[in-house]
Amino acid sequence: MSALTVQHLHKSFGKHEVLKDISFTLEKGEVLAIIGSSGGGKTTLLRCLNFLETADRGQILVNDECIFDADNPAEKKQREADIRAARLHFGLVFQQFNLFPQYNVLKNVTLAPTLLGRGKPDEIEAHARELIERVGLTEKLDFYPCMLSGGQQQRVAIARALALSPDILCFDEPTSALDPELTGEVLHVIKGLKSGDSTMVVVTHEMEFARSVADKVIFMAKGVIEEMGTPEEVFGHPKSPILQGFLNKGNQF
Amino acid sequence: MFDLFIEQFPIVFKALNIGFLQTLKLFLVTLLGALPLGLIISFGSMSKFKPLSWLVNGIIWIVRGSPLMIQLLIIYYFPGMVFGHNIWGTGEAGRFLAASVAFIFNYACYFSEIYRGGIQGVPKGQTEAGQVLGLTKSQIFFKVTLLQMVKRIVPPMSNEIITLVKDTSLARIIALQEIIWAGQAFLKGSQGIAGAIWPLFFTGIYYLLFSGILTILFNKLEKKLSYFN
Repeated sequence: MSALTVQHLHKSFGKHEVLKDISFTLEKGEVLAIIGSSGGGKTTLLRCLNFLETADRGQILVNDECIFDADNPAEKKQREADIRAARLHFGLVFQQFNLFPQYNVLKNVTLAPTLLGRGKPDEIEAHARELIERVGLTEKLDFYPCMLSGGQQQRVAIARALALSPDILCFDEPTSALDPELTGEVLHVIKGLKSGDSTMVVVTHEMEFARSVADKVIFMAKGVIEEMGTPEEVFGHPKSPILQGFLNKGNQF
Repeated sequence: MFDLFIEQFPIVFKALNIGFLQTLKLFLVTLLGALPLGLIISFGSMSKFKPLSWLVNGIIWIVRGSPLMIQLLIIYYFPGMVFGHNIWGTGEAGRFLAASVAFIFNYACYFSEIYRGGIQGVPKGQTEAGQVLGLTKSQIFFKVTLLQMVKRIVPPMSNEIITLVKDTSLARIIALQEIIWAGQAFLKGSQGIAGAIWPLFFTGIYYLLFSGILTILFNKLEKKLSYFN
């Protein structure tokens, strides 16, 4: 059984085709890193998985159950409630964190589980405290986002996404908005999440990170999966000339 | 001269208080009407249905682009010229009704632009973060974006509301008996006092005190919302 199956996903913005026939599978507990130049469709792919964009064609299956099928006309008009239910299979950590500024760290993490009625208030809070400890911010529980560094904010965002226990946790360039000295702490937390049961999709420009954490790497260019394989295959023996060029760019200086 | 002032003061003070009550009434009625109406107009101006947004933006342009005093005159006199009789009713009550309609409509258009700025100023990422967490549209509005919107609205709104305090004096043009009218009466002659200009100057103190109180209240509100950004 695969945790995530994406089949023939297409997405266009106007005449510009951003995703062209994207297909891949991911096993439970695997970490997938998606790399590639800006404008290659990485972020759009993540946004389609999280229903922030609606794919024009293709299917998305979670645990072999179809949660999205753009080719089935009956499902094309998915109701808002259905989309919300499907969406909860996924969590998303944004490049810009997008914490709720008016709530403190604890409330940022407890808000969604509370509003969705995911248990008693004290259970939700206990779980939130556990998650905040896991990202190393126990001493910042009642701090507001504006009092935290970018790295700390992103760690809270990770705890917030984990609070709903999604099947698949997605990261959209989680360290791109951070100062170089802060990327380490966030990558360290993401690395720490890697365990038997959390499946992750990470869009990243951190090649070392992708290499050391990912089980599978996808290189995207111009809306297609140019190359896919283990980190060893993709980084060690790149076949596509575009990928070779992309990897070499980092070594130019 | 000081004796004269002491003699006139109680009469003037009483008359100005009555006038200020009318000023206050117009102020409150305008707020009560324009605050919700402005929100509706702002939704219209942001509508994805283009003809509606063009129409609403056209109306906003006309209302904000012409003097409130002219709008007051048109609203008060124009229906009478068309229908042959004063639709607003006679006397002070009729003038108050016409003034209220003009003020509410005028201020709603200004408020709508403030609301629009507040709504559009909340980053899209906030809504998306709510969506990704499986929240409903109304949960996102009430629990995520509303307070951020309010925070953005308070400073321009307080500015506009303090302007309203003083703009109520424009209703004098249709002889609404607000505080300026009450002060001016002693210039023309009223209750045995004529040619006295100091009551008109004295009305300034009412405006200053009232806008001072509002400034303090708005500052408190702003401070209360300053814990996040």
